[in-house]
Amino acid sequence: AIHLQEPEGKHMGFAWGQGNIFVYETLFKATGSGSPFIHEVRKDEDIYSPILRKLFNESHHIFVGLQTIREDLPSKNKKPQFVSISKNYRSVIRACMEELHISLNPTVSILLAIELIWNLCEVLFIDAAPAGSLLLHLLDWVRLHKADVDEKARDVLQSDSPAEHRDYWDVVVSYVLQGRLDEARQMLGKKATLTPAANNIFKMMDNLLSKMPFYNPGGTQTLTEFDVKWRHWHEEVDRCLQDNSFASNQHLEVLCKILLGDEDTLLEHKDLLGTWYHFLVSRLLFCHPTVKPTELHYYAQVNYSTKTLSAPEPLDSILLAAFEFDIHQVIKDCSIALNNWWFVAHLTDLLDHCKLLQSHNLHFGSNLREFLLLEYASGLFTHHSLWQLAVDYFDHCLEFGRVYLELQIERVPLDTERKALKVLRICEQRQMSEQVRSICKIMAMRALRNNRLGSALSWSIRAKDAAFATLISERFLQDYCAKGTFSDLDLIDNLGPAMLLSDRLTFLGKYREFHKLYGEKRFKEAAKLLLSLMTAKIAPRSFWMTLLTDALPLLEQKEVIFSADQTYELMFCLEELTSSLNTPSSDSDKSMQEEDVELTKVELLRLALSRNLAMAIVKEGTVET
Amino acid sequence: MENINAKYVSQKISKTRWCPVSYSSLQQPEVFATGSWDNEDNKVSIWSIGNHNNSGLEDGFEGDPQILCEHKHGGDVLDLQFLDQERMVSASSTGAVTIFRYHPNTHTISVLQHWARAHSYPCDNAPCTALVCSSPEIVTVGEDGRIVVFRADQEGAVRVIGEMRTRMLPPHKESSLKLSVVFVRECRQQHNSRGDLPKDHGALKFDLFIIFLYRAPLHCVDRHPNQQHIVATGGQDGMLCVWDVRQGGTPISLMEAHSAEMWEVRFHPTNPDHLFTCSEDGSLLHWETASHSEMPSFLQGGRNSSVISHGALTPAGGNRPLSSAWLCGDSGKGCLETTHMLPSQTMSVNSLDIIGQCLVCGTDGEAIFVNRHVPV
Repeated sequence: AIHLQEPEGKHMGFAWGQGNIFVYETLFKATGSGSPFIHEVRKDEDIYSPILRKLFNESHHIFVGLQTIREDLPSKNKKPQFVSISKNYRSVIRACMEELHISLNPTVSILLAIELIWNLCEVLFIDAAPAGSLLLHLLDWVRLHKADVDEKARDVLQSDSPAEHRDYWDVVVSYVLQGRLDEARQMLGKKATLTPAANNIFKMMDNLLSKMPFYNPGGTQTLTEFDVKWRHWHEEVDRCLQDNSFASNQHLEVLCKILLGDEDTLLEHKDLLGTWYHFLVSRLLFCHPTVKPTELHYYAQVNYSTKTLSAPEPLDSILLAAFEFDIHQVIKDCSIALNNWWFVAHLTDLLDHCKLLQSHNLHFGSNLREFLLLEYASGLFTHHSLWQLAVDYFDHCLEFGRVYLELQIERVPLDTERKALKVLRICEQRQMSEQVRSICKIMAMRALRNNRLGSALSWSIRAKDAAFATLISERFLQDYCAKGTFSDLDLIDNLGPAMLLSDRLTFLGKYREFHKLYGEKRFKEAAKLLLSLMTAKIAPRSFWMTLLTDALPLLEQKEVIFSADQTYELMFCLEELTSSLNTPSSDSDKSMQEEDVELTKVELLRLALSRNLAMAIVKEGTVET
Repeated sequence: MENINAKYVSQKISKTRWCPVSYSSLQQPEVFATGSWDNEDNKVSIWSIGNHNNSGLEDGFEGDPQILCEHKHGGDVLDLQFLDQERMVSASSTGAVTIFRYHPNTHTISVLQHWARAHSYPCDNAPCTALVCSSPEIVTVGEDGRIVVFRADQEGAVRVIGEMRTRMLPPHKESSLKLSVVFVRECRQQHNSRGDLPKDHGALKFDLFIIFLYRAPLHCVDRHPNQQHIVATGGQDGMLCVWDVRQGGTPISLMEAHSAEMWEVRFHPTNPDHLFTCSEDGSLLHWETASHSEMPSFLQGGRNSSVISHGALTPAGGNRPLSSAWLCGDSGKGCLETTHMLPSQTMSVNSLDIIGQCLVCGTDGEAIFVNRHVPV
């Protein structure tokens, strides 16, 4: 919450950012002073938590792995893979929980709830256990999320006399409620040794507990056979109760009633059960272990209404929706209850891969999975560092992912060249040429601003941006005219095929080549190149004077370098140049001195050219005898 | 690949470096440093993979890196090198160069020296892109096109090279090797230049010239630890090139290593028939070549120094003209083996370091991988 200073008479203005809002105090009337502060309201604080970042990174890895599962396998082979992926996700959540637990972070409770829901979804939807194994999985689910039983048991066992501990019977009852009968028997054994007088009834209870049948999914026994066996056992326990066999020991009688699944007894122990879903599972265990998935919701509804005392929490309604196999309701409720899209996005994606979501087209054309993934990834993109993860998520949203990525990737702040290179690699791999061009232009402009022409040129070459390359080449040439030397020579020397990107760039490259040839004293080739630059119209007209001036030393050499024909061409170029210069265009702002210099240059050139011409004609006309 | 463990660390890692171990103790390295990038608050951290007798940690199996200490760092960590066993130097994207000291007893890091604007433009910050140290000298290079030499104990820069020569291109990385401080420098343009600097009465003379040029920007370079003329480079096109500096011109061998930029290349410091490369495409490759020499590798080249690490100087005694398998060229392709060292679908691997049998690398997926049983 943001508190404004002196809120009376003040207004609040805001501006949308990417994933956040800037809020500031203002007065909509013009007068008056406002507060100088701007507040930033971020909608998702979770992504900035360092421990949750591990969750995002690890789950990204699992997500990418999931997308690349081969499509051609038949679905019954894929189910164990999906279950193991689901378990991977859950173990990542658990790892985060443990770390948060150590740092006493309140987010732990949210993660606990998330893992609970995910586990249930895995049992009901992904694993889709049939009757018989369904209850076993539900038992596992409950056991996993009720850790205090083990703590209490540890306390009891470590005490001097476990059987006399005040929590002793609580532990035994809890074990039985969770179906952990072997451990219950072990505990009971301790009491039995203490009270040898009651040995008989303890033995009877032990007998009952040991004979309780549990369905073995991998075994040869069919469900019906198991049912029959279970009913026999149930009747035996009932007989014991009717016979008042346990009347002498009140605790054992309670145990017996629990074994029969007596609702009132179970309700009496609601403290030990803790939650309505534990109550549900325990009741199913002792009343109806062969419950079918389709019957589950009926029992869930009934048990929920008998159990609740307090107002329904979001978690309860989500779990209820799960028991009713209403996947969409689960996702919807979770989206509302949680402030981060992580959970719903990943769960929906996994369920979609299991082909459990009907293609439920939303208004704007994409399906639910894609919508959630896009929301999650867009949230990631607002983070200064996690944006890289988001790219993969967009890649796997077939309909709108690319558009989203195109829009978002341009807004990643490019602080260093290395980051720009990585962003560019992402764009180039996906053939996003518009974005490539715009990123390269940003980097090139930055380089230009810092007078690093070579770097700017290489960025524009990478973007294949001809217009910008032309601009930078102009700068190079201007620099040359001003300073007399080139910067970044090695780049220009080795442009290779990139030289053809723009005319000006080609000229730059060739001009530099001329200089190199001149430096290596390969005058004839240099001369030829120089001439071709003008005659082939590669050189811009504005530069011709410089080129002709460069030709001067070649003309002044003792040895004849330009042939007569070449000299004629040079003269032609000079005439073209002077005639265009003489046209009274906007040259009126040229000072007198500049005009003088120009005239002198032209004079010198004419003189040199005519002298060269003379020598060339003589040389060519001479016949060697 | 079974020996490699991922540790998620909530920061994108740009550099990982083993803390140098004393050669005489024949230990495997246990402590490494990492630098982060692209965070609002970047950090330099020290980790340990040794057994913790004193901390009584039950969780995390043996070899799981545990963080010992960290220190905030302004700007992305663009390079990180150890000066000696206690001091490390970092190059920052703000243009700063900082020397940190790690105190192993108290597990803290303190800043020894900080040169805030080692590299800068007139109106902006210029990232310092790479550095190399040979104690006590530190040579850094930055995007502004200058090479600056610092001394660890002095306040200001000892020497600035760069603007004097108009031929200087924005260099991006260099590594200094051997007594004659040799730079192999490449820039993001198609350029690779090398200069020989004879160390003369404590003063460094520089003379830089181009040896060879390559058609794509280069990002990393490393020299063979024993045979100084062999250089391996990697760049934007992901190709691994091995060059012979004496010949220049074209690379001796050109191998398609990665499908994206190669960020680091490293010869194994004691067993140079092995080479490691890591890349933007998320793979880390281990290259192994069969050596033609019959002499066992520990007899090749001299190693009288007491510290082994990648930036350290080694004396010039071991400069024997042995033919190395890296110079086989194309005919040697048959004797080159490559193995992937990381599980597939990792994000870009930004950095790696290897000493002995221990390999550490850091990724953009905010994970560190440590392998203690690299087959070298």
